[in-house]
Amino acid sequence: MGPGCVSAPDPVTTIDLAETSLRDLNQKLHQAERGSFRVLNPRGAHAVACGIDADISVEIHGSVGYYCAGMHQKGSVYVDGNASTGLAENIMSGTVRISGSATMSAGATGHGGLVVIEGNAGARCGISMKGVDIVVGGNVGHMSAFMAQAGNLVVLGDAGSDLGDSIYEANLYVRGEVASLGADAICKDMRPEHVRTLAGLLEAAGMEADPNDFRRYGTARGLYNFHIDDVNAEVARRAG
Amino acid sequence: MSGTGDSWRLRESYTFDRHVIAEIHRAANTGVYRIRGWGAKRRMPTLDDLVFLGASMSRYPLEGYRESCETDLVIGAERAARPLEIAIPITIAGMSFGSLSANAKEALGRGASAMGTSTTSGDGGMLPEEREHSSKLIYQYLPSRYGQNPDDLRSADAIEVVVGQGAKPGGGGILLGQKVSERVAGMRTLPAGIDQRSACRHPDWTGPDDLQIKIQELREVVDWQVPIFVKVGAARPFYDTALAVKAGADAVVVDGLQGGTAATQDVFIEHAGIPTIAAIPEATRALQDLDVHRKSVKLIASGGIRSGADVAKALALGADAVSIGTAALIALGDNDPAYDDEYRKLGSAAGFWDDLQDGTDPAGIATQDPRLTARLDPVIGGRRLANYLQVLTMETQTLARACGKSHVANLEPEDLAALTVEAAAMAQVPIAGTDWIPGDRRKR
Repeated sequence: MGPGCVSAPDPVTTIDLAETSLRDLNQKLHQAERGSFRVLNPRGAHAVACGIDADISVEIHGSVGYYCAGMHQKGSVYVDGNASTGLAENIMSGTVRISGSATMSAGATGHGGLVVIEGNAGARCGISMKGVDIVVGGNVGHMSAFMAQAGNLVVLGDAGSDLGDSIYEANLYVRGEVASLGADAICKDMRPEHVRTLAGLLEAAGMEADPNDFRRYGTARGLYNFHIDDVNAEVARRAG
Repeated sequence: MSGTGDSWRLRESYTFDRHVIAEIHRAANTGVYRIRGWGAKRRMPTLDDLVFLGASMSRYPLEGYRESCETDLVIGAERAARPLEIAIPITIAGMSFGSLSANAKEALGRGASAMGTSTTSGDGGMLPEEREHSSKLIYQYLPSRYGQNPDDLRSADAIEVVVGQGAKPGGGGILLGQKVSERVAGMRTLPAGIDQRSACRHPDWTGPDDLQIKIQELREVVDWQVPIFVKVGAARPFYDTALAVKAGADAVVVDGLQGGTAATQDVFIEHAGIPTIAAIPEATRALQDLDVHRKSVKLIASGGIRSGADVAKALALGADAVSIGTAALIALGDNDPAYDDEYRKLGSAAGFWDDLQDGTDPAGIATQDPRLTARLDPVIGGRRLANYLQVLTMETQTLARACGKSHVANLEPEDLAALTVEAAAMAQVPIAGTDWIPGDRRKR
């Protein structure tokens, strides 16, 4: 491209799932190296736009079934609707955003990237998360961030029972009420670096909220190792 | 009476024998259940309780040294663009980097590749050394999803969705802190040195209906290139196999009670699941009911497979292939008498050592200690494993030819007889010298 030239925006490719098979849709998305795609009539189909591995942009108009944008890498997926189980499960990088709500296990095991749920998320949101950032505009259900290993879960609403059960090194930020904390999860200090991190996540997610209104939850590190007694050592010590 | 020693006067309790007493003392001292590796050690019905009938007047054998007896197997030809083709019906079971050293994983890959068969990743992701040296690598998709990523998924030759394993059906993995090195921790996104306990249940699906959708997703992510296996611990193999087929599996792996582990609770290893000899016929019956046996869905049996006799018996009972774990580690040098002095320093002895969980393996296999891992040369280890696989194959062919089979997959229950009532009932073959099968489930 010569000096002064401006690249034309990529044309948007429209794929209608009322006329195109899921296989053909995903194959097209997997073969694309760049570009924008508009998906119509998903009608609750499963595995829509899963396995993307390129810097492409996908807009899905309508609600999707299980595992939408599963194992996502690099690009962005936007769902104008709701999503069923496993939205963006095991996301590695890139962004997945939905305008509505997600059912169970949203962002499960995600290793990186950003998942934004403008509505509510159901049970086990962020379960086993391994580095992904998840921002939920509404509430999250019970057992969210179960065994969460790394990354950040931001909840602008309330959290259900057993939040962060058996959590490792992930950080959970909740603005509203927490029904109960799970095993080994505790409320932790909100230090300046956490306020900065949270502010950045809210900005990246396009959510308006004051970071100072949130509380931070994380691990007490009480389950990291088995507790092994040694009565024999005590007996030997007493025997001198 | 005079002249009698303690062995005449002392009577050991059958209920509270010395092993039981030692375990109660250990529990009282530590307050934690015993965690160990290996598989079940107790006596139980095994494939040893079956014999081949061989050819006789009504059947003729194949020449043992001349006529061909094929051993190849193709898995996933109906659905996968790249089916898994293996030269022998013996694969290497999933064992993680973390539980095993990188050298051990490389050796397994080298040995399996030399014999044209597959090896399998494990909890903790795919190790680069493993991929590099495994011509056919099955990628396990586990509840923990440690190190799970789509790039590795796409590089695999098959995907194995792990629902359970024979050593601990219903349980998740354990990797004690001694083995969670910086590299292992990094691959699993966990702090180094913690006692890592894996999830027992997948985080984003429950039940066969969900699994069907999960398999659809996996196929979509890899563009329907490779087969999908489902692995279960042998508990309810008839129903588990049928449900795995319903969910869309190309192969079902049924891991019997004798299946090994690198670490779990002793109570789990010894007291959960059913023996391999009981599991294979039930899984086979499910495949036959669905008219997919020896057709579109393959059965891989594992748990205590040691010899070509075990392989041949598993195939005769209906398996299309077997998978070995513990035996493969022994082939690499596990429990080698050459290290007996070191095993004794650890409170065990060569032939008895089962503390794979503690990271002190003198043979350098189940450890992350660089001083110990250096003892296992992956090239030599691979050669030993290839030799062992070669022997298993030759033994299997020997028995198949004796039964008149030109392909090992042609072995069938009719070639077998049982030596015990239990084996006859479990394997659903007649007690030797009779036509009696206790609880006969054959269609008449």
